[in-house]
Amino acid sequence: MAKKNQNLLFGLYDDEEVLLKAVKEANTDHLDIHDVFSPFPVHGLDPLLGLSESRLHIAGFFYGAIGTLTAFLGMTWIFTKDWPMIIGGKPYWSVPAFIPITFELTVLFASIGMVVTFYAINGMGPGVTNEVLHNRLTDDKFAIAFDADHSTEEDLKKYKAFLERSGASEIQTKEI
Amino acid sequence: MSAVVSPIREPLITGSKSYHDITEDICAPSERTPSLTWVIAFIAAVSFLAFGVFSILWTIWFGIGTWNLNRTIGWGWDITNFVWWVGIGHAGTLISAILLIFRQKWRTGVNRAAEAMTIFAVICAALFPGIHVGRMWVVFFFFPVPNTRGPLWVNFNSPLLWDLFAISTYFTVSLLFWYTGLVPDFATLRDRASGLRKKFYNLLSFGWTGSAKHWQRFESLSLILAGLATPLVLSVHTIVSFDFATSVIPGWHTTIFPPYFVAGAIFSGFAMVQTLMLITRKVLKLEDYITMAHIESMNKVILLTGTMVGVAYLTELFIAWYSGYVYEQFAFLNRAFGIYWWAYFAMMTCNVLSPQIFWFKKMRRSIFVTFVMSIFVNIGMWFERFVIIATTLARDYLPSSWSYYTPTWVEIGIYLGTFGIFFTCYLLFTRIAPVVAIAEVKSILKSSGDQYVKRNSEHYKEVLGKEVHKPVEEHS
Repeated sequence: MAKKNQNLLFGLYDDEEVLLKAVKEANTDHLDIHDVFSPFPVHGLDPLLGLSESRLHIAGFFYGAIGTLTAFLGMTWIFTKDWPMIIGGKPYWSVPAFIPITFELTVLFASIGMVVTFYAINGMGPGVTNEVLHNRLTDDKFAIAFDADHSTEEDLKKYKAFLERSGASEIQTKEI
Repeated sequence: MSAVVSPIREPLITGSKSYHDITEDICAPSERTPSLTWVIAFIAAVSFLAFGVFSILWTIWFGIGTWNLNRTIGWGWDITNFVWWVGIGHAGTLISAILLIFRQKWRTGVNRAAEAMTIFAVICAALFPGIHVGRMWVVFFFFPVPNTRGPLWVNFNSPLLWDLFAISTYFTVSLLFWYTGLVPDFATLRDRASGLRKKFYNLLSFGWTGSAKHWQRFESLSLILAGLATPLVLSVHTIVSFDFATSVIPGWHTTIFPPYFVAGAIFSGFAMVQTLMLITRKVLKLEDYITMAHIESMNKVILLTGTMVGVAYLTELFIAWYSGYVYEQFAFLNRAFGIYWWAYFAMMTCNVLSPQIFWFKKMRRSIFVTFVMSIFVNIGMWFERFVIIATTLARDYLPSSWSYYTPTWVEIGIYLGTFGIFFTCYLLFTRIAPVVAIAEVKSILKSSGDQYVKRNSEHYKEVLGKEVHKPVEEHS
């Protein structure tokens, strides 16, 4: 996760295969990669960066469960306690008739909950501006970034040498 | 999307594109000034929209009596149009959700526009239940909200209420799914823009950076939303069919309705996607991204679902005969040979017979045939809903109340108005957003781009050669 106002040293790569090779190399050299940026999801990158699987789906399950309970218990309360009504001679608590709405609200709650969570944990949302390292990173360039604030001079030299060696076409430092 | 692709698959991106070419080609339409064609189309769409608004205001001012509905025919063009538009919406979710789960790479070329089409079609559909009640100002009675009637609630046992929940959930989930997919592409446009344009896309892109963790969450979210949208899309038209199937009207009260409505929805939706895509790819010069392979795949879906719908029509007729129930038999005889026989035959010809042309590969790959067929299917599917609704209601239980129904100019005006809404939204969409999902197309370039197909097939030959020959050597 990117924090505000930090200096990043980054190298730009032209191809995701070169990028993957470089990340592997950085791992063998025990270099601490801060983040990788790409214009599309690069498969095989997550395990190399040591990213654990997203837990978004677990959150989604709970949001969905809240939807299920809201719908089912809500309708149950309304039709058995709040205002019992006989409709078409059916019992007050006619479970099969509650299933469609229960299903719809499960999906609705899970979807809204997950999307809101997604933007919240990414630090994104309407009106949010996050500085980007390079304008071509959403086009055709890939970047490996190192944290320049918490690195010694020696580390920075090592990072630069690594970026040059692994095929970065451009090396820059930028404050974001 | 790095699953193994068979080397005999057709390339899905032609013209030896690089990543940068993809960005340039897809962003170009929204970065140049609108063409004359676009301006003329937009003026036409807005005119239709204006006429629709006028017709709706007319309805509100003078009341629902301005429509030709009568005592037995309580649903006419309004609900016909509603079901038709909802059905059209289904293709977008099918392409984006179900094909994502099945890992069909060709979805990347058409999913963005198809999802947009879904959202606009659902807006058009949702209009009709809102205005067909006559007193529009009490439409909030639809919702289970505290109201002036005391603690009296809506009827949760009614399929009409289920429909309200289904359509609003469907609209919301489709919108979230579509917009989340758009965010990285808006970021691409943002990073290419300057000035006011940059500010605009900065607002739309929500601060997307393309960080590895964000992409991981993005993919996780897309997959789960797809998993949720898949049963959702099936449930929506199922519930729409319940509006009819749970009634006790012969011809409506059938258990075949849910699957038959869903197949019909996908059928008409794909036809509308074809109509839009054939024009869009030509006008916006996106032939390298929406290729013949995409068109052929969609034609296969049209053939399959059209045939499913045909089987359903015949099953209905068979069951009516086999049931030995005279009212049911009359309902179906009346449908085929009664006063609305022409609507039934338009439906049968357009929906069942004409799609059979797609058994021939040459026809599936002909742009002209595809375009004509897509229009045919949409006409046929409109007639299907009209046949179900008007034909059945025109012949009530009592011959004394039998009647005939033709729409007034107001009803036709509202229908034309929905085309105005649909095309106004779609034309604005082609100006503002990338019509093809940029990031997703880039992610399949290395497996489905034409310049990689030869390289990949050589690689497969090498790998397969090793695997095939090894055991043989061991045996000998």
